[in-house]
Amino acid sequence: MTGEVAIRVKDVSHQFGEEGDARHVVALRHTSLDIARGELLCLIGPSGCGKSTLLNVIGGLMTPTTGTVEVSGKPVRGPMPHDIAFVFQENALFPWNTVIENVNLGMTFQGVPRAEREARAKRSLEAVGLKDFAQHYPAQLSGGMRQRAALARALSLETGILLMDEPFGALDEQTRMILGEDLSVLLSRTDKTIVFVTHSLGEATFLADRVAVFSARPGTIKEIIKVDEPHPRKPDFVTSQKFTTIRNELYRLLHDEIRKTMAETGMGVAHSASEDARERADGSAL
Amino acid sequence: MKASDRKTEKPLASRAVQVTFLVALVVLWYLATTRWRVSPLLLPNPVLVWDNFWDIIRTGEFLSDLRVTLTELAIAFAISSTSGVIVGYLISRTQYRIRVFEPLFSAIYSVPIILFLPLYVLFFGLGPASKIALGATISFFPIALSTIAGFGYVDKVLVTAARSMGASDYQLFRYVLMPAALPIILTGMRMGFTVALLSIIGSETIASLAGLGHRIVHLAEGMEMARMFAYIVFVVFIAATLNMLVSALETRGKRHG
Repeated sequence: MTGEVAIRVKDVSHQFGEEGDARHVVALRHTSLDIARGELLCLIGPSGCGKSTLLNVIGGLMTPTTGTVEVSGKPVRGPMPHDIAFVFQENALFPWNTVIENVNLGMTFQGVPRAEREARAKRSLEAVGLKDFAQHYPAQLSGGMRQRAALARALSLETGILLMDEPFGALDEQTRMILGEDLSVLLSRTDKTIVFVTHSLGEATFLADRVAVFSARPGTIKEIIKVDEPHPRKPDFVTSQKFTTIRNELYRLLHDEIRKTMAETGMGVAHSASEDARERADGSAL
Repeated sequence: MKASDRKTEKPLASRAVQVTFLVALVVLWYLATTRWRVSPLLLPNPVLVWDNFWDIIRTGEFLSDLRVTLTELAIAFAISSTSGVIVGYLISRTQYRIRVFEPLFSAIYSVPIILFLPLYVLFFGLGPASKIALGATISFFPIALSTIAGFGYVDKVLVTAARSMGASDYQLFRYVLMPAALPIILTGMRMGFTVALLSIIGSETIASLAGLGHRIVHLAEGMEMARMFAYIVFVVFIAATLNMLVSALETRGKRHG
């Protein structure tokens, strides 16, 4: 990390629909954030707090109602395929193309010369451990392998910034643990700037250099927690005291916000002591 | 039993039942005309029908009527698939248009459009033009509807992903929208083809100057029942062949899409 700013978010607010509209929602309010080059920043918060909105605004997929985002000093006005690559939650691979065709098509869209594509595709598939599955269709792969393939497609674009929107969100706990470890190893070898949206406290603690905790809707960044641990992170980091302390701190920050969200949506009304206990038990899992 | 045995046996067994059913039907037909003395004016002897069938094939007598019917079908289908795909694509471009036109087209599709045949005959005459117009109208709706479904409901995340990687409008169409929509459009075109064939032959039997449907009615009016039945067999054969051909093209198109 050089301390140089890769992404600068300046007073960004975003609302869906017009004020007074039945479906008017303020998704994000007055959010500012600097992300350093080479940093991995996790966004974490209750459902609907605007963390995905912020990611889409950074990537130029949404224009914020007010405020600006700069990437390497340039204002973001739309997708910037040469600077920013995305990994989405799931099913963002083209189902009619094989893994290798998916990777090549991404490079075609980005404008990579044909001669370079083969080597780059091979490199990125090797990096995610999928070189033996290049000729498979997405439907022939497990959920975890599909997300590896999506990651390979993003890596082949060789952008400085990677935006990941709950990339392991649809996977089971064990698969996402392994993918998290692999990702940490992979990313320690590059100097990519990464913004990673997740629901999982453990995933955020394990992967991030910093974790930005969002408040309930209308969301903004409530606090930023540093995770001072070098990459690649070892599996035994998970069992360390430092990990537990940071994870508990995130849990404490999030707990009130999640309650607020639940109360608003009416889900938290029938609240009992046993539910409270279950929540504590859930919270202690990775 | 191994799983592979079951797989090969099942289609064979059901094929055997299908063949037995058809053979039984012909046997019943034969018995009805010989033993049970059904009037040959209502049901001719199948052997006589078979002779007539070979006569039609051998002399090539069917050619002029077949040419008329197939030309009508080809022109009607060309009109409906071109206009159906273009109109369907234009509608699919905004959610508003889909909301307006999709229910409208579905409603019209469920109306028996053949009711408008007298009107079409008044407009376009007794000749091929009225059959072409009717066939094109009827087959337009399934094709347009499937094109709307194909292009209108492409998974948003695929479009977003392509855009985020820098896809141009043309690339988005060529590499994302087209392959997503093609299988659904091909299904609609096969359905459109089938209803065009049905409505064209059907309308030829109602009001026409030539064509296979016209020939069948003409023979019925002349009480030439065996020859009429032979023509019906011929039309069934042609229709089955055409549908098989179109289904094969559909499968092929989906594989290469």
